[in-house]
Amino acid sequence: MNWEAIIGLEIHVQLHTNSKIFSGASTAFGAEPNTQASAVDLGLPGVLPVVNEAVYPKAVAFGLSIGADISRLSVFDRKNYFYPDLPKGYQITQMDKPIVLGGSVQISLDGGTLKEIRITRAHLEEDAGKSLHDEFPSNTGIDLNRAGIPLLEIVSEPDMRTAKEAVAYARYIHQLVTYLGVSDGNMSEGSLRCDANVSIRPMGGTKMGTRTETKNVNSFKFLENAINFEITRQRDVLESGGHIIQETRLYDPDRDETRSMRSKETAMDYRYFPEPDLLPIAIDDEYILDIKSKMPELPREKSERFESDYEISKADADILVSDPAIADYFEAVTKICSDGKLVANWVRVELLGKINKDSIENKAIPVSAEELGKLLNRIKDQTISGKIAKDILNILWSSPMVNVDDYINENELKQVSNTSSLEPLIEEVLKQNPKQVEQFRQGKTKVVGYFVGQIMEKTSGKANPQQVNQLVLKKLT
Amino acid sequence: MMHNESITEQLHALKIGKYSSKELTENYLYRIKKLKDLNCYISVLEESALRAATDADQARAKGKAGLLSGIPIAHKDIFCTKNVSTTAGSKMLHNYIAPFDATVVAKIAAAGAVTIGKTNMDEFAMGSSNETSYFGPVKNPWDTSRVPGGSSGGSAAAVAAGLCSAATGTDTGGSIRQPAAHCGITGLKPTYGRISRWGMIAFASSLDQAGPMTRTAEDAALMLALMAGNDPKDSTCIGDDVPTYLEYLNSSLDGSCIGICEDFFTDGLEAKSEQVIQEAIKIFEHLGAKIKSIKLPHIRYSVPAYYVIAPAEASTNLSRYDGVRFGHRCKDPENLNDLFKRSRSEGFGNEVKRRIMVGAFTLSAGYYDAYYRQAQQIRRLIKNDFQQAFKEVDFLIGPTAPQTAFQLGEKTDSQIEMYLQDIYTIAGNLAGLPAMSIPVGFSSKLPVGLQLIGNYLQEGTILSAAHQYQKRTDWHKCVPVLAINKVQP
Amino acid sequence: MKIEDYIVENIAELTQLKFSPGELSSIGNKMSEILELVEDMQTVDTTGVEPMSNPLDATQILRPDIATSENRRDVYQRSAPETRDGLYLVPKVID
Repeated sequence: MNWEAIIGLEIHVQLHTNSKIFSGASTAFGAEPNTQASAVDLGLPGVLPVVNEAVYPKAVAFGLSIGADISRLSVFDRKNYFYPDLPKGYQITQMDKPIVLGGSVQISLDGGTLKEIRITRAHLEEDAGKSLHDEFPSNTGIDLNRAGIPLLEIVSEPDMRTAKEAVAYARYIHQLVTYLGVSDGNMSEGSLRCDANVSIRPMGGTKMGTRTETKNVNSFKFLENAINFEITRQRDVLESGGHIIQETRLYDPDRDETRSMRSKETAMDYRYFPEPDLLPIAIDDEYILDIKSKMPELPREKSERFESDYEISKADADILVSDPAIADYFEAVTKICSDGKLVANWVRVELLGKINKDSIENKAIPVSAEELGKLLNRIKDQTISGKIAKDILNILWSSPMVNVDDYINENELKQVSNTSSLEPLIEEVLKQNPKQVEQFRQGKTKVVGYFVGQIMEKTSGKANPQQVNQLVLKKLT
Repeated sequence: MMHNESITEQLHALKIGKYSSKELTENYLYRIKKLKDLNCYISVLEESALRAATDADQARAKGKAGLLSGIPIAHKDIFCTKNVSTTAGSKMLHNYIAPFDATVVAKIAAAGAVTIGKTNMDEFAMGSSNETSYFGPVKNPWDTSRVPGGSSGGSAAAVAAGLCSAATGTDTGGSIRQPAAHCGITGLKPTYGRISRWGMIAFASSLDQAGPMTRTAEDAALMLALMAGNDPKDSTCIGDDVPTYLEYLNSSLDGSCIGICEDFFTDGLEAKSEQVIQEAIKIFEHLGAKIKSIKLPHIRYSVPAYYVIAPAEASTNLSRYDGVRFGHRCKDPENLNDLFKRSRSEGFGNEVKRRIMVGAFTLSAGYYDAYYRQAQQIRRLIKNDFQQAFKEVDFLIGPTAPQTAFQLGEKTDSQIEMYLQDIYTIAGNLAGLPAMSIPVGFSSKLPVGLQLIGNYLQEGTILSAAHQYQKRTDWHKCVPVLAINKVQP
Repeated sequence: MKIEDYIVENIAELTQLKFSPGELSSIGNKMSEILELVEDMQTVDTTGVEPMSNPLDATQILRPDIATSENRRDVYQRSAPETRDGLYLVPKVID
């Protein structure tokens, strides 16, 4: 039988703020355990929450970016359950009156078609702490530094049908929240975490199957693996006559499998009710308009603008806008070197290649846009060859203080392009390689490349390869 | 005798050098020891109190006295006090040392007061007799075979017995007013949000409110002015300026209109208490007030609404006591589940467990709308009734409690009878209105309290009415025999 | 309303409280008593009445986004039952 998967995602985005959502504790990543857990975060007797003003504009900006309704009055609720890393025995979240309702995003599928994914809601809540199971032989350690970090939980409709679609959607949300400055988007620090709701049904069916919720999926690769594992598992169960149990499952990246979470086995009754320690939060049209006026250009708009302004391909534009740091860098380089195509090519191939190789943050490109622009201008005005430019880029990468023009002058890297100095060299090379000259005469025109290579070597790459090519041909014919 | 004087009188004595704060504090500390059997205090802060008293005397000598300089104040053990044991009357917190001061504690200390100790209370403020305390019941100074009321029973008894100048209390359903009535003192629960809840261990967040427990309305006005005011640490705290309540006190009742609601005089009200209340009403008439009968159609749903909302909020407020970060932890837990369950079951007393269970039930799937939501809707109807009434009257009066202090153990087996002790006080909490109790006479040698309920933020109105009454009468000056026995150091 | 034993057990599980069989039935009775006390409330017509979350119908004041809390781990862990290397300890949790 052919099966169809029905996938919905709950994406938890950590909001980029200085302090926590309900306390004045720092949100900085990587501190010693429990040194950033304040009395409020620990839920000590007598403490009370107060809402951080920075979380609302971020949630509203996200809502506006997906065309959602923004609640003029939103309410925090308590979600009650016991877990050692949930200090108060309840999580403060938004159940009945979330800040963002509805909206949708368009994701690009293979082959360039677009698909709409509807968003049910997005609400503000506090993160829980971390349970460390591997630190001690017979204990679990609790670190509450993460407790109270502001989260925006984005809940999609079950509109995705494949793991690839789910990944495309998650990537899009990641891009969007990074663009909006809502989150730092740092996946390795847990800034974006997914829960995947997966069920399957016979292809073309209309009834929903029983779904499972897979938690703890912290990278796009794991998301794809976890969903694919779950689809296969459910198919195997159903095809062997079994039935799916509605349950919470945990993705284990080490074994690349999902497994039932025993601790969540008992059906949960969260006993939601309005948080009496907080009051409803009212925002007006003016507040929303103000946020709207400050919203940055979104990835799709930016990509279209890049295509038309810089005359680059859609594929190039999409890659460049995938991260706002890269997009900004690209535009900064074009301010110096106006050849959009050349800049796009260099940023996409050379720069992103180096970023990937060194696994550095996109924000942390060591070469300034200005120097790269100057370097590319030197290619354009034929001062240096592309090969030399790549060498200089390597130098710049490790020594960011180097000035491109000074470096070219000091190291005599200027391209040799006057015919008179090249001609003697060419004659010399032809003389030294009679065998290859003979091959050319017999019709093996490809051998020209060999001569060009020899001359490039003799000039330490400073010759213009096209010019050399022409001169060689002229000499031989 | 200095220990029975009002704060106002004591401040005057300190000012003219009749006695020092150190002497006053020593006197109270000595009396606390002598009258230990009343069990008013969970902890007595002898050393730090004497130090603070000496500091206050020095400050006064330098002309730098604060508004409460040198006055020994006791705090209900529900208020966090930095580096001092804070138990909420529970085994769960019997070893808990608070790492910060409640806003109320900090404000009172900043005015120069001496924190003399932490008073006994019903466990997590759940009770009307002070019998649910892990630290044992408090005895009523008027008759030590009787309860002082609750939950702020320790504070009420301490003030009545002359074991502090004044005390703080908290009131979720009557926990300041009912013990004040039973102990013959003045107790004020302000408008919800008038005083910060930061550092006050939560029972039911939307009902809890701190307030002063004093000998006179004047003292209550003085204390309230210090305790009230905006606090950025409490989202539900009211930002409005704090009036100078003392200035209100001498406004005449002439031409004012007082509401009487027949629902406050139901069958459950003890006959002798009713008589005392009726006599007090006559005094208010003599003072120039007009009495008007008013209707509060939904007030009879106060008890149901309260016994849904308070346990529901309590059930989740008390989830943080899980044996992980602070508080009681069971011995040798087998696993996580065992840790949670045994720590909580050993740490909480029966009444607390019952309320957690009922509260969780009313919030559980399928019951929320019929219980919690319905109760919150009824709350609005009750509020609307009061708002309607306040169009016609300036404030309302009636009994604080249906009866005077009962025998220790008399109602411990009858849960519902105990709950009905709050029948007249809980509407004030549900609507969030300011309300106070003042002593207006005796029934069989036990004090009877009169309740005054004002409109939002009109604490000044009821304080002034109470003060006018106290200028005309001496009931507030009556003290139990053990408070006049000469126990001097 | 009489609360059945299995409901009492379920609520005990949700609230992480432990009762002996004897306590369980006694607490069930007490709960039923309280629910009887509040039953009267169900007769009130509250159609269209907005639940009251705050007496003054106030709305939330927001806090500036400034990290103000200093590290007070040692003080906070003074009252902790069991800690090691700055972590709170609980029996091993197996998922």
